[in-house]
Amino acid sequence: MSASDMLARLGVWALGRLRALGRSAFFLGELFASLPSAVRRLYLTIAQLHAIGNLSLIIIAASGLAVGFVLALQGYYTLSRYGAAESLGLVVALSLVRELGPVVTGLLFAGRAGTSLTAEIGLMKAGEQLAAMEMMAVDPKKRVLAPRFLAGIIAMPLLAAMFSAVGILGGYVVGVLMIGIDPGAFWSQMQNGVDAWDDVGNGVVKSIVFGIACTFVALYQGYETQATPEGVAQATTRTVVVSSLAVLGLDFVLTALMFSAPG
Amino acid sequence: MGRKVIETLVGLFVLLGMLAIVFLALKAANLASFRVGSTYEVSARFDNIGGLKVRAPVKSAGVTVGRVKRIALDAKSYQGLVTIELDESVQFPADTSAKILTSGLLGDQYIGLEPGGADENLKPGDQIRMTQSAVVLENLIGQVLYGRAAETGSEKK
Repeated sequence: MSASDMLARLGVWALGRLRALGRSAFFLGELFASLPSAVRRLYLTIAQLHAIGNLSLIIIAASGLAVGFVLALQGYYTLSRYGAAESLGLVVALSLVRELGPVVTGLLFAGRAGTSLTAEIGLMKAGEQLAAMEMMAVDPKKRVLAPRFLAGIIAMPLLAAMFSAVGILGGYVVGVLMIGIDPGAFWSQMQNGVDAWDDVGNGVVKSIVFGIACTFVALYQGYETQATPEGVAQATTRTVVVSSLAVLGLDFVLTALMFSAPG
Repeated sequence: MGRKVIETLVGLFVLLGMLAIVFLALKAANLASFRVGSTYEVSARFDNIGGLKVRAPVKSAGVTVGRVKRIALDAKSYQGLVTIELDESVQFPADTSAKILTSGLLGDQYIGLEPGGADENLKPGDQIRMTQSAVVLENLIGQVLYGRAAETGSEKK
């Protein structure tokens, strides 16, 4: 292969990447533009909230509890070396509210809800249901994608808040009930150190961003899937990989933006 | 599943989520202790503010009566200019003094107010005249060392 061929291949590859980027950006724009029609089809959104939110509740609550338990055990182990075991509540609450709540919920959300969205829409496309809708002059983006997108954006911050709340309760169970830290110190250290806007508010903002990212990736992968069984399988895998990486990358950027300011 | 059942379940889900956010804001964070009521601002100059941070508590007799709002360096006197907001229900005499104190040995720093005896009260925008800077550990150690050196030096004479 000559040098000019290699160069041409590089060009084709770069153009293909750029085209995919542009297509996904347009797709995201169309999703946002179709949000009002999701509000008009309120029942469809509610049904999706049930599928995305209610059914994810158990795994979110169980993981939150487990993470809270482990945080309290590990936090106590480290803090007690410095005689600062009383700060356990603060450590557990801050790590949950600022980082672990939104991020772990985002990862679980990608695995639990994102995959089902991709598979569902991919199979709709494979079965030519989306094409059939277009034939009936029903816009599949408004009828199928918009309610799912809105439901994802609503469900994610609620799930993340539940994750953090359950995690703090788990930390309370281990720290106060099992290890025997003073409950007054546990709560008061937490309330002194956690700020309602800077910590809790930014955590909610983070989880909304993750909700948008995960749902967008899942819907895009489903919509752009190859209409074959292998295509749907690959799209589902890509959903998990891309949205997990997106959550982790966005988390770094958001943390740098939100919490790097002094004071 | 019927429409009604799903709607009820989703309602329950949203309610639980809201409760979780309220729990985080009230029980885990300090939203409840934040006074949304009216406050007034006064300022104070310190030679050294130590590790004082914005939103650090301002206490009088150990009771929190306000928070630090802004910290800046006065470009003329090279002093730290600290703006604090105080709860309007608490009025302090005009000759109140402010100290930067530390809670516990390694705790956070806060401002302690000690009321004076003047008849007039601090008005919004006033400046607290009498201030005492934060204790900086290195300066303290330096003073002790110099003191020791001076003592041993005079004994030898």
